Amino acid sequence: MGIFNNRNGSENGYRKPARYSAFDLFRRGLSRADWPRAWRKHDLRPSYDVVVVGGGVHGLATAYYLAANHGITDVAVLEKGYIGSGGSGRNTAIIRSNYLTPEGVRFYDRSVKLYETLSADLNFNAMFAQRGHLTLAHNDGSLRTMRWRAEVNKLEGVNSEVIGPDEIKRLVPYIDTSEDVRYPILGALYHPPGGIIRHDAVVWGYARGADAYGAHIHQNTEVTGIDVVDGRVGGVKTNRGDIATRVVVNCTAGWATLISGMAGVRMPISTFPLQAAVTEPVRPFLDPVIVSGTLHVYVSQTDRGELVFGASVDPFTSYSMRGTLEFTEGLAGHVLELMPSLSRMRVLRQWAGLCDMTPDFSPIMGTTPVAGFLIDVGWGTYGFKAGPVSGETMAELIATGKTPELIAPFGLDRFERGDLMGEKGAAAVGH
Amino acid sequence: MILLPCPYCGLRNASEFRYVGELSERPDPNATGIEDWRAFLYMRDNPAGWTTETWFHRAGCRRHFVVERHTVTNEVRDSRLPAAQLRDREDERATGGNVADDRGGATY
Ligand SMILES: Cc1cc2nc3c(=O)[nH]c(=O)nc-3n(C[C@H](O)[C@H](O)[C@H](O)COP(=O)(O)OP(=O)(O)OC[C@H]3O[C@@H](n4cnc5c(N)ncnc54)[C@H](O)[C@@H]3O)c2cc1C
Ligand SMILES: [Zn+2]
Repeated sequence: MGIFNNRNGSENGYRKPARYSAFDLFRRGLSRADWPRAWRKHDLRPSYDVVVVGGGVHGLATAYYLAANHGITDVAVLEKGYIGSGGSGRNTAIIRSNYLTPEGVRFYDRSVKLYETLSADLNFNAMFAQRGHLTLAHNDGSLRTMRWRAEVNKLEGVNSEVIGPDEIKRLVPYIDTSEDVRYPILGALYHPPGGIIRHDAVVWGYARGADAYGAHIHQNTEVTGIDVVDGRVGGVKTNRGDIATRVVVNCTAGWATLISGMAGVRMPISTFPLQAAVTEPVRPFLDPVIVSGTLHVYVSQTDRGELVFGASVDPFTSYSMRGTLEFTEGLAGHVLELMPSLSRMRVLRQWAGLCDMTPDFSPIMGTTPVAGFLIDVGWGTYGFKAGPVSGETMAELIATGKTPELIAPFGLDRFERGDLMGEKGAAAVGH
Repeated sequence: MILLPCPYCGLRNASEFRYVGELSERPDPNATGIEDWRAFLYMRDNPAGWTTETWFHRAGCRRHFVVERHTVTNEVRDSRLPAAQLRDREDERATGGNVADDRGGATY
């Protein structure tokens, strides 16, 4: 896709990531010296080879892999607020690959693999804890879906199996597995490689890595228009000035429809808020992540000891990120059905983020009818786990001009063909 | 909690309603090509601003109605009956949100 000139190499002072180390920590602890900024501030250049819109994990990972894998460093990431202010700083950080379609399983599995070595690759501790992931089944229908997912997962080499209530009780002693409750637990899909991560660290690690290669991260820079001439991208308008570019990547998740609209591309996306809540910290007692589709709730315990709760999206579309009392009330009731012993715990805070929901609960990635306008959107409630693989594949698409096989099933044209990638059974509640 | 003005029941909590979706014009299935039909099925305006949408009063009168809502502030204005209900209250059917022309004329 064009020739990239990598001006950043000389002009901006290419430097390898300054390594963090135990020795450095010790030395700075003694001298009390400030740490250098993890990423820098720049003036807006009049042109870039690649402009990435959206400073979440997807945009930053795209910039990072463009540089790290393809040597393309004349890249700007434009973020209207601060990096991670969208879903990437608001999610509940569940990583897993136990999806329903073979295409989905392969795609998310690649992301889990990248997450497994991410801390070392970025020299930034992302605290990925693969503590296992349980999706509970409370009726025959969901048990059948779990069996289906387990079989598809195994065929793709992903570790998943259906387990019964005894095994569940062994893994999670505090869960109520009795039979005389409204929704008795019949079994679960157990996915040992699943887990949670420190989402902020992932965002910051990619930002620091991309910056070190010379990419420009522009915060407080809002894209207000996209120039399209003769069916191809010519540049973007921002609140800080215009930029000429031949490649624009839309990584704006909840705002994706608006950015695509600027290029004249319609999207099959509805923006719904998704809420979450966290309790005061307690001693570690809950190892795996627990999801119940029937009860519309999931829970995990962070390394600090807080319980993180989430549910399905709000009942109607909105760009508002306000929490509601209804959500917390409903959530508390459902959590207590699973773990009655939590009744005395106090919720510390709740929040919401925006989710770009698609009709089939799969992402929309790749080219569009506008040449040079690429999309990496449709991340709904499940896109944080896909940050690394999306950055990797979008970077490859930009560098080679060819759509990588891993993301070919997720093109925008699938909605014209009616060739949807139904993942609802694996993504509606368990993000 | 936002309040929605049902044209039959007045202001009620949003939790009494089911959100049906953006009001969109349904093309005539007999005269429409497959591309246009799929665009109708999947594509959404999803604006950050005023939008016109259909809701169903699930825990009340169990009727559909049309409302304008601001998707950033969740402010609500101008709720009304779907054109088809206005035209023929006797012979009422669930619209499923696909009222073809809200201002009268088309059928559902
Ligand atoms: C409560 C909650 C829980 C979740 N839990 C999980 C989970 O457990 N696991 C999982 O995998 N996923 C989860 N998700 C989904 C996940 O957070 C998102 O899919 C993911 O973070 C999307 O990343 P992104 O980089 O594409 O977008 P975002 O992180 O949303 O970044 C988009 C950025 O674009 C910026 N932007 C918007 N408009 C403009 C403009 N005009 N100009 C410049 N910048 C602009 C925004 O400010 C934003 O920072 C959850 C989401 C929420 C809200
Ligand atoms: Zn009513």
